[in-house]
Amino acid sequence: MFYREAGQFKTSYKADQAVFPIFQDRVFVAIWLLIGFVVVPMLANEYVFRAIFIPVIIMALAAIGLNLLVGYCGQVSLGSGAFMAVGAYAAYNFMIRIPELNPLICFLLGGLSATVVGVIFGIPSLRIKGFYLAVATLALQFFTDWTFSRIDWFTNYTPSGSIAVQPVAVWGFIFDSPIRKYFLCLTVLLIFTIIAKNLVRGRIGRAWMATRDMDVAAEIIGIRPIYAKLSAFAVSSFFIGVAGALWAFVHLGSWEPLAFDINLSFSILFMVIIGGLGSIVGGMLGATFITLLPLFLNQLPIWLGINMSTAMVSHLEYMIFGALIIFFLAVEPLGLARIWQITKEKLRLWPFPH
Amino acid sequence: MKYGLLLRALLFSVPLVMIGCGQDEVGSNSSSSTETTDSASNADGIIVNVSDSNAQFIPVLSYRTGPYAPNGMPVANGFTEYLKVINARDGGINGVKISFEECETGYATARSIECYERLKGKGPTGASVFNPMSTGATFAITEKAPVDKIPLITMGYGRSESRNGGVFPWNFPIYGTYWTAADVLITHLGNINGGLDNLKGKKIALVYHDSPFGKEPIPLLEKRASMHNFELLKLPVTHPGVEQKSAWINIRKEQPDYVLLWGWGVMNSTAIKEATGVRYPRDQIYGIWWAGAEPDVRPAAADAIGYQAVSMISSGQAQVHKDILSYLYDAGLGSGEREGVGEVLYNVGLLNAALVVESIRTAQSKYGEKPLTGEQVRWGIENLNISEQDIQDLGLSGYMYPVNLSCSDHEGKRAARLHRWNGESWEYSTDWISADDAVLQPMVKSASDTYAKEAGLDASACDS
Repeated sequence: MFYREAGQFKTSYKADQAVFPIFQDRVFVAIWLLIGFVVVPMLANEYVFRAIFIPVIIMALAAIGLNLLVGYCGQVSLGSGAFMAVGAYAAYNFMIRIPELNPLICFLLGGLSATVVGVIFGIPSLRIKGFYLAVATLALQFFTDWTFSRIDWFTNYTPSGSIAVQPVAVWGFIFDSPIRKYFLCLTVLLIFTIIAKNLVRGRIGRAWMATRDMDVAAEIIGIRPIYAKLSAFAVSSFFIGVAGALWAFVHLGSWEPLAFDINLSFSILFMVIIGGLGSIVGGMLGATFITLLPLFLNQLPIWLGINMSTAMVSHLEYMIFGALIIFFLAVEPLGLARIWQITKEKLRLWPFPH
Repeated sequence: MKYGLLLRALLFSVPLVMIGCGQDEVGSNSSSSTETTDSASNADGIIVNVSDSNAQFIPVLSYRTGPYAPNGMPVANGFTEYLKVINARDGGINGVKISFEECETGYATARSIECYERLKGKGPTGASVFNPMSTGATFAITEKAPVDKIPLITMGYGRSESRNGGVFPWNFPIYGTYWTAADVLITHLGNINGGLDNLKGKKIALVYHDSPFGKEPIPLLEKRASMHNFELLKLPVTHPGVEQKSAWINIRKEQPDYVLLWGWGVMNSTAIKEATGVRYPRDQIYGIWWAGAEPDVRPAAADAIGYQAVSMISSGQAQVHKDILSYLYDAGLGSGEREGVGEVLYNVGLLNAALVVESIRTAQSKYGEKPLTGEQVRWGIENLNISEQDIQDLGLSGYMYPVNLSCSDHEGKRAARLHRWNGESWEYSTDWISADDAVLQPMVKSASDTYAKEAGLDASACDS
């Protein structure tokens, strides 16, 4: 009933190629944008901005980036934390070494640096596949961990290896309050989502998907694997690099190499897997799930008025979180995005299923 | 329906796991369950609700899980029990009850920030003062605290240059920074070698936790190395520190004259075991104060005998410990085991809480006896002046030291003793050793000036 597209005729190529061909989808996206840009800023308090929305948005950007590589191009990567680190440290170095540069340009340059690193470390993907590639990207993770904690130049010789940055200021406008940071992150996410959505619908995205589904067949129909794979690495690491710069500058404000360790790589990969491989909305859902659920579980006993030691709460948090991950993967191995899709299909028939 | 069974199995298993975990908790840490059951009857006036509008709220960042839990737990117990005993014995600070809420950080910086954001606005006047209990978190919160106007007490950790209150008005590394601790250790090594000049040609290895915490002493040690011509070997150990074979193989190869251990959590006990493994004499290993407590040496048992560490405070019991036992433990309100009261890290947490309470008391003398804001408490910390008589009145004789802070000096005390593990307990092995401020002061000045320049701050706030 809700998702019935009957009567919606596509009378032009433009209509046929629209991002959201169904009217209800367009309304739905408009509602979400309205919630994101208007309702949330009116309702949320500082804690919700700083601890929930800002990290979720930045992680969603990283997860979308990784999804382009893993979900669309089929190249498993465990190096997302490393790409985020490259983005963050590169943006930092551009900012302190060329102070005249606009911080937003620095973020993009950080992303571009991650792109360069991504392409270099993507080269092995031409020869190795699957789990073996994951192990190869793991090397990148350890390499960047080492680089940023051992080569003092990258941290501008700060004695403790911890970097502190001032709030981002663009043309005299300072992104210091949580609501400003929120708008900055949300806008960046929106722009990058539009880019990602259009990339995967076009020639490049189709080349990625063909490579993912069967690389030999893709090669036969005229897709150059070197081009497809390396472009996926490039675009993906650019996204993740920008997310890393935002994570460092907007969310953390002060960070050490440990902030971008292997755990971060794992959690971004989990976001992609739980959210749904090969789906843009999946990246967002996965990021929300992995970032929010532990916080929610951690605070639940206090809300319910259960007096429990913090250690106990913490143990429970890990157990329930793990159980829920298994539960969701058992119920729907294709991720939250697939659950969302099924819901839409059900809504289409509702209230009269076959 | 396909998943109905699975769902039911999960629903069954969760409470089962909870029960299992609960039992385990009773066995290892008798606190939590007693707290939940008895709190309604016994805890009146001791555990105050955070929403109480007449109570002073103190946020507690703690870690009772993860690789740092063996050390984080006694610190958190000491801290919270001192707050509870102030409520129980004195009826609060000048009648203003203390409320507190713990937040589990797992010693992770990102989670610490989340906890900071979660707790900073609670209570009638917001958080009065934060004790991040982690150097990495201190770096991150240092950027946020001035905006929120909440002071940080980082007792024995944090940024070493933050003792300069002109640049860091909200940071208070009371009772010593890592530079102070490192300088005390080098001075001690000079003493036992008959003068600092005799360190020439010696080899000193620093085995450090590869994080801001572990890296913090390096600038000072490098400066001392160039002053006295000793060789400094830097051996990083990755978080969490259970894997440090390569560092100790290096030590076996290089045979340094002394090893300085800058570790925390499981890293410390692992280090002592590794030292035993490569037969490095334990009496040539010196720990930072975070590497000189019972959980660090107990797993290594007799192998740790002779190991020394610089100490902010050692183990033992003062009058206040007896109060804690009688007011809290006898009433079933203790957070840990009875034997834990008076251990080194318990006392560290206790001392930390005592500083917080005295700061609030000092602030009350100016702003009145009511719940105070972070900004008012900051004044209290900066004007903290604790005399020997005050300490005696608090029941902390020998377990707290006179301290007098000022705008330009947020550290207050630049001396420490060393204590040695004798297989049973820690006992002081030296008298007070002062750090050489002629070495420290220029470093603090230059580091804080750099920070002020980067952050666009005025570095001369103390001059007025």
